[in-house]
Amino acid sequence: MSDYNFAYLDEQTKRMIRRSILKGLAVPGYQVPFASREMPMPYGWGTGGVQVSAATLTPDDTLKVIDQGADDTTNAVSIRKFFEKTAGVDTTEETAEASVIQTRHRIPEAELTEDQILVYQVPIPEPLRFLEPRETETRKMHALEEYGLMHVKLYEDISQHGAIATAYAYPVKVEGRYVMDPSPIPKFDNPKMEMAAIQLFGAGREQRIYALPPYTQVVSLDFEDYPFEASKADHPCDLCGAEDSYLDEVILDDAGSRMFVCSDTDYCRSRCEAGHSGRLGEEAA
Amino acid sequence: MDQQSRNTVFAGGFSNPPVASAHAFRAAMNAMARPGQVQKIAGATPPEGISVAAGSLLLTLCDPETGVFLAPDVDSEALRGWLAFHTGAPIVAAELADFALGGWQQLQPLNRFRIGTAEYPDRSATLIVEMHRLDVPNAMLSGPGVKDTARMQVPELAALQANAALYPLGRDFFFTSGSQVAGLPRSTQVIAEA
Repeated sequence: MSDYNFAYLDEQTKRMIRRSILKGLAVPGYQVPFASREMPMPYGWGTGGVQVSAATLTPDDTLKVIDQGADDTTNAVSIRKFFEKTAGVDTTEETAEASVIQTRHRIPEAELTEDQILVYQVPIPEPLRFLEPRETETRKMHALEEYGLMHVKLYEDISQHGAIATAYAYPVKVEGRYVMDPSPIPKFDNPKMEMAAIQLFGAGREQRIYALPPYTQVVSLDFEDYPFEASKADHPCDLCGAEDSYLDEVILDDAGSRMFVCSDTDYCRSRCEAGHSGRLGEEAA
Repeated sequence: MDQQSRNTVFAGGFSNPPVASAHAFRAAMNAMARPGQVQKIAGATPPEGISVAAGSLLLTLCDPETGVFLAPDVDSEALRGWLAFHTGAPIVAAELADFALGGWQQLQPLNRFRIGTAEYPDRSATLIVEMHRLDVPNAMLSGPGVKDTARMQVPELAALQANAALYPLGRDFFFTSGSQVAGLPRSTQVIAEA
């Protein structure tokens, strides 16, 4: 650890990121430009989240890193090791033990507390980007609060599919002002965003930071006759039997058999340890 | 510059900058994210007359890329020297400032500080307001970061209400006293306590 400055980044870079985080918190949902650095990992592997975490961590923190809910996937393991090495912080897989949680595309099932900080890795921070490719235009649209295009997109979903087909990165409106991309979390997680923890979003390649203070109003866009619905696979978890968690579908063989398991591995494990069991729970254990 | 003031200039920085500034930033972030909650912030020993909290904020957030405005009540050779040595931040006019430091009266009029632009509301000033104390609440807060309502001591209501009305533009505030800091972003609605 002594070979690195604390949490890898140099102090001036951290100051720059910290100033952006503060402005992001002051204007919830607005994307603050920042001078993203090259990190020792490729773009798309969480360079934005890593920079935000590096500027946020203190030596007293306990870090948890998840990738689509799982603590044990390549991305999560390597980022956890990165901070173990460069910041010397404690790490954990237990949601309740963590003070800083860096996440890729999920919000943990366990409710977060006021003492926790959730850092999202964001690929495309601009919710309007696939509707309007020019940054100069989308910036104007945010300035003028011109979000009609987003509603047209949701309407076209309905006209083509009979329902709003957007299932992840479902756009939200923050405090009645900015339309924000919640990062590619499943829309199942959208209602959880009004939480007690501070939420920070970092997009490394796109050089944007945005933030949600605790209890910020976050409303998923919808229509009166097609209200927002936080959907998930209509099954209980096959390992722990949970009916309230977001599920991954896993193909088991070539004959089409499959199972549904909690995407939040810590939630599933703690339920199994508490004695809960699902359809395949016994065998798997 | 005599020997004494030279010593003041060189002393009083963070003893272990990466760790001290990380802790100080956590306090600053909690203050800005949870208006009304007073946080403890320390680490810096700024020149006479400047609170530990304000000094720690300056060391945590300022560097050669940020212009700092010093109001007449805090502006001194000692502070300028201290800031120059520890942060390298240029001292600028109020209209250009990223950060401003001073007592509430001396920072007036507020409308000379930047509020950002419609396309870049982040390009606005952050004011560090030195207070005698922070523990006599006289205002009710609501908005992002506040569950239901919170109470806070503010130096004046009208100016802060006018600032909130500019949202998403506006200035953001840190109120400092001793080693305590409280934050008030532009997104917070402020009313007189009932």
